Amino acid sequence: MADKVLMKGNEALAEAAIQAGCRHYFGYPITPQTEVAAYMAKRMPKIGGCFLQAESEIAAINMVYGVASAGKRVMTSSSSPGISLKEEGISYLAGADLPAFIVNVQRGGPGLGGIQPSQSDYFQSTRGGGHGDYHIIVLAPSSVQEMADLTVKGFDLADEYRMPAMVLADGTMGQMMEPVTMGNYQPKTVEKPWAVTGTKMQRPHNIVNSLYLNPEELERTNFERYARYAVIEQKEAMYESFLMEDADICVTAFGIAARVSRNAVLAARAEGFKVGLLRPITLWPFPKAPFAEAADRVSAFISVELSMGQMIEDVELATRCKRPVYLCNRTGGMIPSPEQVLAKIKEIAGGLK
Amino acid sequence: MKTVFQKPKALTDAPLHYCPGCTHGIIHRLVAEAIDALGIEGNTVGVAPVGCAVMAYDYFSCDMVEAAHGRAPAVATGLKRAMPENIIFTYQGDGDLASIGMAETVHAATRNENITVIFVNNAIYGMTGGQMAPTSLPGQVTQTSPYGRDVKHCGYPVKICEMLSQLEGPEYLARVAVNNVKNVLAAKKAIQKAFENQIAGKGFSLVEVISACPTNWGMTPQKALEWIDEKMIPYYPLGVYKDRSKEAGV
Repeated sequence: MADKVLMKGNEALAEAAIQAGCRHYFGYPITPQTEVAAYMAKRMPKIGGCFLQAESEIAAINMVYGVASAGKRVMTSSSSPGISLKEEGISYLAGADLPAFIVNVQRGGPGLGGIQPSQSDYFQSTRGGGHGDYHIIVLAPSSVQEMADLTVKGFDLADEYRMPAMVLADGTMGQMMEPVTMGNYQPKTVEKPWAVTGTKMQRPHNIVNSLYLNPEELERTNFERYARYAVIEQKEAMYESFLMEDADICVTAFGIAARVSRNAVLAARAEGFKVGLLRPITLWPFPKAPFAEAADRVSAFISVELSMGQMIEDVELATRCKRPVYLCNRTGGMIPSPEQVLAKIKEIAGGLK
Repeated sequence: MKTVFQKPKALTDAPLHYCPGCTHGIIHRLVAEAIDALGIEGNTVGVAPVGCAVMAYDYFSCDMVEAAHGRAPAVATGLKRAMPENIIFTYQGDGDLASIGMAETVHAATRNENITVIFVNNAIYGMTGGQMAPTSLPGQVTQTSPYGRDVKHCGYPVKICEMLSQLEGPEYLARVAVNNVKNVLAAKKAIQKAFENQIAGKGFSLVEVISACPTNWGMTPQKALEWIDEKMIPYYPLGVYKDRSKEAGV
């Protein structure tokens, strides 16, 4: 089905996961990502796959751990409070070097928060999320097409680098409908000699584990993992640059905030302001290079976020605070309007004159 | 010369780290003997807990996974769903299975997940130095119940076999002990049956093994084995609590 079809973001993501070769899904109901589970519950039994509603998010992520140990593609999805519960398991996945695919369709927090769109789990996901020294790959779709494409990418990266990968979406991305093209994916096949599939009495036993009582050994595994992370930072950072060539102000945003910002940038351009947009597609690894480069050319950055300002810290780090970085935000389930972003652009541009 | 006893092949040569008089070693051997007897080592994946048996992954020769505390039944569920032809077992202590992992235990049982669960009940948290367990007896002195377990303050011990036997799901629930030869032989039978059930596709089979912890009970190994007879078994009666193959009409 390489034709264009109209799909909800959550459903496009679920279908893409199946096309990526995922045949095991475990989850626990939570708004606003229930369409993912509903889609899997319908489709998996028809294609010889397994959909299982777990007794909790904690159980679901540990079922993921089991399938990942067996070397098969597996996923779970949830929303912010549920992801917090999964974080222990995500830390174990990272510690055991297991590939897995996790979806967070974010809602407002903290606590039970709300059910409206949010980007306030940026810190949680880009800093690992659970305990210990680790990262996960974080992909931030900004359209329904990317909900699908980055899902396949996430499975591939997880397998290639033996680590969890997450699509960090928000309620809007999950719920909105857009035309999407699928069916041309060619998922990677990665050998998994470490998987626990039974020794068949042909090899020494494989052990999937994250326990190292000898601190030197534990330190070594962390050094090795971070050497792998350095390669990922070099090779896998993704971003989109829009009207940045002659920009004097760089607006930066991901996900739904980038869609809003794009409209604001176009409106500002129409009024003669030299504004561009840098949109990180991978949040970890953060695309530091284009930001460092932009810092030499632009006068200021504006970080547009559905949070109290989280990505802004990565912008400041990537630019070494060479230029001021301003925040333009709503939070708690509210979305900034293009007018709000345009007003911020004008305010900053006015101050620069 | 005729060999009358040897270490089962399903155990590695790694020296066990367990304390003198601890009966984990016996239970490891019984599990390994069952694996040997059924010829399933090459097809088996074990799941180790957090607790004293955390390093069981070094001791069993089959493929092994180390799970987060209490989550072994969920990990085993994932393994079994991914590889229905493989034999999957968990090996868990009382804190792991009956406290932090209670939800995973109950739901794996009620799903009749086709796995084998070895539940080692020694009424104490051993690895962390002897704290009160969900199965510590009323009045039992531990590091965190220094005046004895006060049931008015922290409730009663959890009887896993009795509790799970109320569910329709599970195939087989049995409680055994390893404090004397007779009990060890019965335990061996029950453990092997729990694996046979899985091979036959019958479903969730749990064997609760009453085990000794002389170090944290503050007893000699001999006294600890006697304490099992005197205190543990009266509170946790041995026997088969559920066996669907024995139920009428099955």
